[in-house]
Amino acid sequence: MSWLLIALLGVPLAGAAVLLVPSGADTAARERLLRVHGPAVSGVTFALSVVLAAAFDHGDAARAQFVTDLAWIPGLDLSFHLGVDGISLPLVVLTTLLTFLCFVYLCRGRADGPGQLLSPGRGGNRPRALVFTLLILEVGMIGTFLALDLLLFFVFFEVVLIPMYFVIALWGGRARRAAAIKFILYTLLGSVVLLIGLLIIWSQTGTLDMTALAQARGTGMSRPVQIIAFLAVGIGLAVKTPMWPLHTWLPDAHTEAPTVGSVLLAGVLLKMGTYGFARIAIPVLPDGAAAMAPWLGAFAVIGIIYGSLACLAQRDLKRMIAYSSVGHMGFVLLGFATLTPAGINGALFGNIAHGLITALLFFVAGAIKERYGTSDMPALGGGMLTHLPHLGSLLTFACVASLGLPGLAGFWGEMLALLGAFEPAAGLSGPLYLVFMALGGLGTVLTAAYFLLMLSRVTHGRSTETVHVPLLAAATTDALPSTGPTGSEDAALESGAGGKEDLPGGGGGTHPPGAVSAGRPRMPDVMGYELAAWVPLIALILLFGLWPKALLLLTDPVVRTLVGAP
Amino acid sequence: MIQSIDYYAVAPLLILALTAGLVLVLDAFLPRRPYVRPALGAVTLAGVVGALAVVVSQALRTGDPLRTFCVPEGLLGSPHAAIGAIASPSTEQTATPAAAAPCSFVVDDFTLVFAGLALAAGIVVVLLSAAELAFGDIPVGEWYFLLLCTLAGAVALPASRDLIMLVVALELVSLPVFALTALRRYDGRSSEAAVKLFLVSVVSTAVMLFGVSLLYGTTGTVYLDRIAQALQQRVLGAPGLRLVLDDADTAYGSALQIGYDLPAVVTVAVVLVLAGFAFKIAAVPFHAWAGDVYQGAPVPVAALLSVISKAAGFAGLILILVVALGGQSAIWVPLVAIIAALTMTVGNLLAMRQRHAVRLLAWSSVAQSGYILAPLGAGRPEAMNASIAYLVFYAAMNLGAFAVVTLVSRRSGRGELDDYRGLAFRNPAAGPALAFFLICLAGLPPGLAGLFAKIVVFRELLSGGGGWLAVVMAVNTVAGLYYYIAWVVRIFTPATEGTETAGRAAGWIPAGVAIAVAGIVAVAFSVAPQLVLDLVPGALIAAG
Repeated sequence: MSWLLIALLGVPLAGAAVLLVPSGADTAARERLLRVHGPAVSGVTFALSVVLAAAFDHGDAARAQFVTDLAWIPGLDLSFHLGVDGISLPLVVLTTLLTFLCFVYLCRGRADGPGQLLSPGRGGNRPRALVFTLLILEVGMIGTFLALDLLLFFVFFEVVLIPMYFVIALWGGRARRAAAIKFILYTLLGSVVLLIGLLIIWSQTGTLDMTALAQARGTGMSRPVQIIAFLAVGIGLAVKTPMWPLHTWLPDAHTEAPTVGSVLLAGVLLKMGTYGFARIAIPVLPDGAAAMAPWLGAFAVIGIIYGSLACLAQRDLKRMIAYSSVGHMGFVLLGFATLTPAGINGALFGNIAHGLITALLFFVAGAIKERYGTSDMPALGGGMLTHLPHLGSLLTFACVASLGLPGLAGFWGEMLALLGAFEPAAGLSGPLYLVFMALGGLGTVLTAAYFLLMLSRVTHGRSTETVHVPLLAAATTDALPSTGPTGSEDAALESGAGGKEDLPGGGGGTHPPGAVSAGRPRMPDVMGYELAAWVPLIALILLFGLWPKALLLLTDPVVRTLVGAP
Repeated sequence: MIQSIDYYAVAPLLILALTAGLVLVLDAFLPRRPYVRPALGAVTLAGVVGALAVVVSQALRTGDPLRTFCVPEGLLGSPHAAIGAIASPSTEQTATPAAAAPCSFVVDDFTLVFAGLALAAGIVVVLLSAAELAFGDIPVGEWYFLLLCTLAGAVALPASRDLIMLVVALELVSLPVFALTALRRYDGRSSEAAVKLFLVSVVSTAVMLFGVSLLYGTTGTVYLDRIAQALQQRVLGAPGLRLVLDDADTAYGSALQIGYDLPAVVTVAVVLVLAGFAFKIAAVPFHAWAGDVYQGAPVPVAALLSVISKAAGFAGLILILVVALGGQSAIWVPLVAIIAALTMTVGNLLAMRQRHAVRLLAWSSVAQSGYILAPLGAGRPEAMNASIAYLVFYAAMNLGAFAVVTLVSRRSGRGELDDYRGLAFRNPAAGPALAFFLICLAGLPPGLAGLFAKIVVFRELLSGGGGWLAVVMAVNTVAGLYYYIAWVVRIFTPATEGTETAGRAAGWIPAGVAIAVAGIVAVAFSVAPQLVLDLVPGALIAAG
């Protein structure tokens, strides 16, 4: 019984529960309180995860530490079994960090700043509900990475669905309803298939304990059963990851979600799928993994190429980043498919790196969308570096990190995955994996191509005057007082109430286009709260890029025990 | 011969029956004052709570199951003395102690779970009735009398261990519901609903009675365990067929062989009985009545139909299939599996198209019937435990949803889904409560009760031989989420224009209490699902 893991789950849960208590305070006071509450709760959670990382015995990373094992539902063999090892620790810290940064981003800025959903006056944003939803989401994400019981893992895996659905459906962009329903139906279909796979494992082995199952290395399950179970578990996780061709929910969800939703979706939720491969599919079902690995590799490589080509064809910035996730997740899956320590280490490293880089990319893309009122690349024009130099530089940095420049975090994951494919595990076809490696290498070139193309279109070149509805320009000029929190609250609630599908709820689309000031819009460059949310990500991208051992030392011992390598 | 009756065993029934009579008398003799309506409701509630208390005390008792209405020793003849029975080659095997004196009424764990479920659901339905009856267009005394009669039937049915008692109890559950449906006078919809329900129910009873009479004709006994013995002996008694039976352990493998051993008429009887119960639980292809009847009936009656009447139907189905026809599982397991798959699929497809709240719940409860039925199609004897567990979870979630619908439909008469737009803002308690119940029904966290209910069923399907059924159910779970989540989003979407209709406010207290009760139970089931799994009888049903 370890209080630390319980507290990691309990603090956000309690923080959410407190919000349910009705308060008599007036709107302004409540809003002020809320702006402290969100960062405080997620900050405490983040601090707890840092304490966890410090107290973690790094010399014995392969062992599940801080284990808590309480009986919950004996009738289902379900125990409340939590623990943390070298694979899950970085993901837990990533989760708490990203949630904390999201709250910093949401709560530190002025009410009229870009991406600010916590101002109740504008468009019925329901700030309390947003903080509540994000905290519940955090519980589900942390729990998924901590669970050591198959069904408990599944329960936490499901916990994130409803909050994420509401984040998209209530605070999303124009086509949010369709995107949200697509997201939840797709991922639920994946989840039930995953459940079937987990129950097949349970019915064959009679236990739900992940550590015991990983040690057993598939004993008690015949090869056909393992293949069926791997198929079910793998498809379930692949929907979440997402693997081509099960990725179609992702671009819509990412495009329509508000900035914090995209950040958490790309930064953490996708990792839950890949984490499942490392935690359940590969160690528990080794024969199934060996049989299906070439298929997994093939789909991964198709995903890499497809994602890159799709990116080249995109006009929308957020949609392009979403498709780039398909490509990057392809590298992660390719790493898993090699079944070698190098490949799996690369996959896990790529996982974390993608979480940091894509979170930063979505933050920056969200900031751009808030400023320009659109994320359509032709509409953005060019020359961002001239009139928004800092934001433009940050976008360049994030893109360069994402395309895998050596020295930044994105490089190592892809490199190790390709290295693993060069020399796959015994029993896997060498020539086939060489082809995979070659295609993956082609994918890195295509990745660089689309990112550089995008940068040349957006940050470089001559700025055009085709900027549509510069929201912030309107907000910073005289239009501001009339839409202040106290002025026309009811009107804003009425018009932006979300009942009408044509109004963007999150973007604060209540400003009439007529409020656009004439001439060159004066858009603010990077603001303080934005920088506060982004600098930690930049620092970590640099750290892991220059010193990858910091992460690999954690994951390597676990990976070696998982694949049974010396 | 004087038959001794164990009054403690039948006490819940007696309490319900006496309360029913008392309510009718009080209604006739009390002056027409405003306090009479709530007073009669309180008397009814007291009766149901009293019966539930007795059931709980029976559950806390340890020891053998209570048996009563047994055949007195002196009347025990050959178990196959009936006319037209198959001559049994060996009667020695009947000398087991349990078979010494067959009893019609047995109170064991199975009985107690279903009786407790019916009475606990009854409490919620009585509270909803108090909300519904607050306006005075429905006669109160008759309403509560009929309600109590239905509950008595629902308590008697799981205790029945012979065919006649089973049929009588099932009719006692069904008949008062026709009248309850039609009790709101001068309402075309409810009259239509009542007629439809009546016709469907009578036809299904006739079909089932035919099946039952065939069973009696072939085995010569009405007692469920005797039927099982007679059918078993028939197979075992025929020389040279032991091997066949040993091979026939798997449920699917042996349909043909057993079909040859027993007269084909047994197969016909099984199919007819199954069809009769399929009507009661609204399983496909006998589901078509559900939509109109649920919509036309007063909402508390729809709640009663969807939980109490359905639970009674399942109790009877499980009793006949598992106790009497357990040896014939090769015949009914594939049938039940196909019916379950069809029921969940059709129910979900129909629910997707609905714009009316109660109609949506009607089709969704058809789909849920499919989930409850599914474990029985997996072909293991323990499968019924998964069904019962799902039924208990389902009762809490579904009653909660109906409770909120009762509250809302009184405010705005139409009951369209769009009336629920912005409910969470108008009513910060009922809106989130309804959202929680719906998410429970969909089976997603935070509605863990529904999630665990589904896991129980999936687990049973995968441990038994129902892999394909698990896949069908997986797809259906996703389909079900589609309409539940659409409703939930409406609750949290701010209302656009004045959907806030000035409704009739009377009677919100009992409805509120009903929501609170269902909500607390659903949350408790979510946090500690073991409560339900402990309730489920560990052993198989006690013999009669």
